[in-house]
Amino acid sequence: MNRKLIAEFKYDLAPVIRGYNNRSLYINLSTNEIKQKPVTDLMIDKFVGGKGFDLYLMWHGVKDDTKWDSPENEICISFGPLCGNTSYPGSGKSIVTTISPLTGIPVDCNVGGHFGPYAKFSGWDAIELQGIANEEIIVYIDGDRGIVQILSAPDEEINSHILAEELVKEFADDENKYQFVSVVSSGKAADNVLITCLNFSFWDKRRKVARLKQAGRGGTGSVFRHKKIKAMVVKYSGLKVDSNNPVDVETIRMRGLKLHREIEAGDDTQNRMHQVGTAHLMEIMNDYDLLPIRNFKYGQAPEAEGLHSREFKQLFTQGMPDGCWFGCSLSCCKGVDNFEPRTGPYKGQKVCVDGPEYETAAGCGSNIGVFNARDVVEINFYCDTYGVDTISFGTSTAFAMECYENGILNKERTGGLELTWGNADAALELLHQMARGEGFGLIVGQGVRKMKQIFAEKYGADPNFLQDIGMEAKGLEYSQYLSKESLAQQGGYTLALKGPQHDEAWLIFMDMVNNQIPTFKDKAEALHYFPMFRTWFGLQGLCKLPWNDIEPADNAETDEPAKVPEHVQNYVDIYKAITGKPLDKKTLIEQSERVYNFQKVFCLRMGKGRRIDDVPPYRAVGPVTEEEYLSRQERYDKQLKEKIGINPEGKSTQEKMEILRNYREDQYQQLIDAVYDRKGWTKEGVPKIEHLQKIGMDLPEVIEVVKRFI
Amino acid sequence: MKVLRTYPDKCITCHNCEAACSKLYFKEDNPEKSCIVINEELYPPEMTVCNQCGICAGVCPTLALTINAQGVVILNKSLCIGCLMCVAACPNNSMRYAKGVYNPFKCIACGICTKSCPAEAIEIETA
Ligand code: SF4
Ligand code: SF4
Ligand code: SF4
Repeated sequence: MNRKLIAEFKYDLAPVIRGYNNRSLYINLSTNEIKQKPVTDLMIDKFVGGKGFDLYLMWHGVKDDTKWDSPENEICISFGPLCGNTSYPGSGKSIVTTISPLTGIPVDCNVGGHFGPYAKFSGWDAIELQGIANEEIIVYIDGDRGIVQILSAPDEEINSHILAEELVKEFADDENKYQFVSVVSSGKAADNVLITCLNFSFWDKRRKVARLKQAGRGGTGSVFRHKKIKAMVVKYSGLKVDSNNPVDVETIRMRGLKLHREIEAGDDTQNRMHQVGTAHLMEIMNDYDLLPIRNFKYGQAPEAEGLHSREFKQLFTQGMPDGCWFGCSLSCCKGVDNFEPRTGPYKGQKVCVDGPEYETAAGCGSNIGVFNARDVVEINFYCDTYGVDTISFGTSTAFAMECYENGILNKERTGGLELTWGNADAALELLHQMARGEGFGLIVGQGVRKMKQIFAEKYGADPNFLQDIGMEAKGLEYSQYLSKESLAQQGGYTLALKGPQHDEAWLIFMDMVNNQIPTFKDKAEALHYFPMFRTWFGLQGLCKLPWNDIEPADNAETDEPAKVPEHVQNYVDIYKAITGKPLDKKTLIEQSERVYNFQKVFCLRMGKGRRIDDVPPYRAVGPVTEEEYLSRQERYDKQLKEKIGINPEGKSTQEKMEILRNYREDQYQQLIDAVYDRKGWTKEGVPKIEHLQKIGMDLPEVIEVVKRFI
Repeated sequence: MKVLRTYPDKCITCHNCEAACSKLYFKEDNPEKSCIVINEELYPPEMTVCNQCGICAGVCPTLALTINAQGVVILNKSLCIGCLMCVAACPNNSMRYAKGVYNPFKCIACGICTKSCPAEAIEIETA
C-alpha cells in the first residue's frame, strides 16, 4: 500500500502500572499535532478511567457551542484500569464518546474487540482525536515499537468488513500475527447519514476473519468520517496474564476461574449465551409482550416465531469460543459463516456476519415487521459494513413504515420504495441508498427526530401524532424493549443521559413481572442504583453481561438477587487486586456517581439535560392509537377500573384512551419527581450544588455551568 | 492415540508419580505442580490425569492448545494468555493450575511418572 507519512510521534514504551499508564494520547488532525498528556491524580481520583477520562478530556476540548461537525469536537476512546485483564470474563471494552450528531450532547458507547486492550498496553489510558484531516487518513499506533503515525489512506475501501481485514493484513508482522492487530472503522453510510456507528475488530483465528463489534449508538461513525478518518489501527504483541501489572494477580485469576466455572455449569440452563448469545431474549420478550412489533405498537406477535432463537441457532456456527476479548468465557458473540447476501454490492459473495444480537433481531426484525431470520442477518451485515447502527436503523425504519401506513409517506415521497411492514427488500434498499448517498435512505438516515420535522414541514403531517409515535428522546432512537407496562423502565429509558438506551437501567422484570419495586420511592431507588452501578462498567473497561447474564447457583437466595451480590463483590475484589486502591460496594457507587453527575452537567452545558428533555414519546408510555388500545383492551379497561377507579363501561375508546393517557403521563411526572429527588437534582433536573459538593464533583468548571441553570 | 492409563486398584499412594512429574516440569517436588493427582482420601485412590479428550482445545481463544499427531493435547506457552478457560472447561479436572504459575499445565503422556511407580498403577497406552 502506497501510504504517505503525514505525521509521526515516538514515545517511550513503559509497562502499565496497576492498571494505569498515567498518560493519554492527543491527536489533532487539523494541525497533525500528536502528543502525550499526563493523566493527573485528579483525573484518577474523580474520573477513575474509561468513560470518566473520555468525558473529562472532551469537556476541556470542546466549547459550549460545539456541534458534532465542529473541528474541535472530539472522539475519545478510553479503556479503564481493569481493561485488558485476561482472567475475568468481559474485561476488554473500549468506551467511545463524542458530541453526537443526533443529540448534540455527549454520547457514550461501550464496545468489544481487541482495540481497547491493545491500545492500552501500547501505553495509553485514553485517546483523544480532534480536528479534521485534509485528506483521508489512518491513525496507526504501533505499541511494539512506541510509534504513533498519521498515514494517508488514498485507497478506495471504506466499508468495514473489507477494510478491517485489509488493514489487519497490511499492518500485521506476518500471517501468524493477525491477532495482534485491531482496527476501528466505519463505512460508506457514515459519509452520508447520522445514525451511524464504529466497528472495532478482533481477529478470529478459527474463522480466519476480522470480526466486528459496534460502538453503536449516537452517530459516532459520522463524526469519525467527518474527520476524514478511514481507520485507526493498533498493533500490540505482548499480551500476558499480568500485562496490567496488578498488585495481586492470583485474586484476579481465582475470581475469573470461579466465574468460568459458573458459566460452564450454568449457561446452558440460564441464558444460553454460548449457543445463541443475546438472541435468546427473542422468545422471552415475545412471551412477556415486550418485543417491539411494528414500531413498538405491540409487544407480541404470532409471527415472531420466525425470529425465535432456534432460527438463529441454525445459522450460527456452534461450539466456537466466541468472546470479544480473551478470557471471556461467556462468549456471547455469534457468527453466521459463509452468508451470501441476496442484495447490494456484495450479493452472492460469502461473508461472515457478526450476530445478530437481540437488539438487531428485534429492531431490524419484529419492529419493522420482518420475521425472517435470514433477512435480519442480511440487514445486520449491511448495517455493520456500511457503519449504520442497527438499533437506530430499526427504530427509524419502523417510524418511516408507520408514516407510510398512515399516508404521511407514499411511493412518490419515498422515491418509489414501498415502505410497508415487513418489506425487507425496501429496508435493505434504504441501507444501500444510505451507502450510495442518494434517495429516501438519506432522510431515514437522519434519524427519527429530523424525520418528524421534515414530515411535518414538507408533508403537513400532524406534529403531535409524529411526536407520539416517533420513538426518540433527546434525538436518540429507543432501543428495542416495550416500556408501556413498566413505569420504571419508562424512566430508565427516558432519563438515560445519552438518550433512550437500556444500558443505564433494565428494570422491566423487577417492576412489571416480579413487582419488586411497587412504590415511587422503590422505583426511584432502582433508578438511582442501577444506572450508577452500570456506569461503573464504563469507568473500568468492562462488559455488563458477565454481571447478570450468568448468576451464581444460589443467587436467588441472596438478599438482593437483582444486584447479583456475589458478582458485585468480585468486581470490588478485582478492582482492588489490579489497582491496589481501596474499594467497597458503597464507594464503587460513589465512583460512578461523580462521573454520572459530571456527564449530566456536560449535557446541560451542551444544551440538553433538563426536565423538558426527559420527555418520552407517548408510544413508550401507553397506547397511541385505537388499534393499540383495542388490541389490549382487557388490560387497559382493567387498569381504568382498578388503578384509576373509573368504570370503563359506556365510554368510547377515545374517551378511555384519554383518561388512561392523563393517568399514565401523570404517573410518569411523579416518577420523575421522585427520581430527581433521589439523585440530588432539582425539579428541573439540574444537580444541586450541595449534592455535587457532597459527592465530590464540585470542580469549579462544573459549578460554573450548574449556576447557569439554577 | 497416546494416553496415560491409571489402575487405582494397584495404586499404593506413594505419590512418587507426582514428584516425578513436578520435578521434570517445575524442578521442584510439589504435588500442586504435578499433572497427575493422587487423592488418597478415597479408596481405591482417585487418580486424576488427562485423558486427551480435546475439549480444552475447543475453548482456547488463542489456539494455544492443539492436538498433535499422537492425539496428545499440547499447550503452546508462547500463545497462552493464562485465561484459565481451559481449566473450567475440562470435565476431568485435569487441566491444572497453580499459584504463581501463569499458564495452566496438563499431562502430555510423556511417561516419566510410569518409571517412578513401584506398583505398575500407571502406564502409557498407545493405540
Ligand atoms: S459477554 Fe459477550 S460482549 Fe461481553 S465481553 Fe463476553 S463476549 Fe464480549
Ligand atoms: S486437560 Fe481435560 S479437557 Fe483437556 S484433553 Fe485432558 S481431560 Fe480433556
Ligand atoms: S489458559 Fe492458555 S491454554 Fe488455557 S484456554 Fe486460556 S489461553 Fe488457552
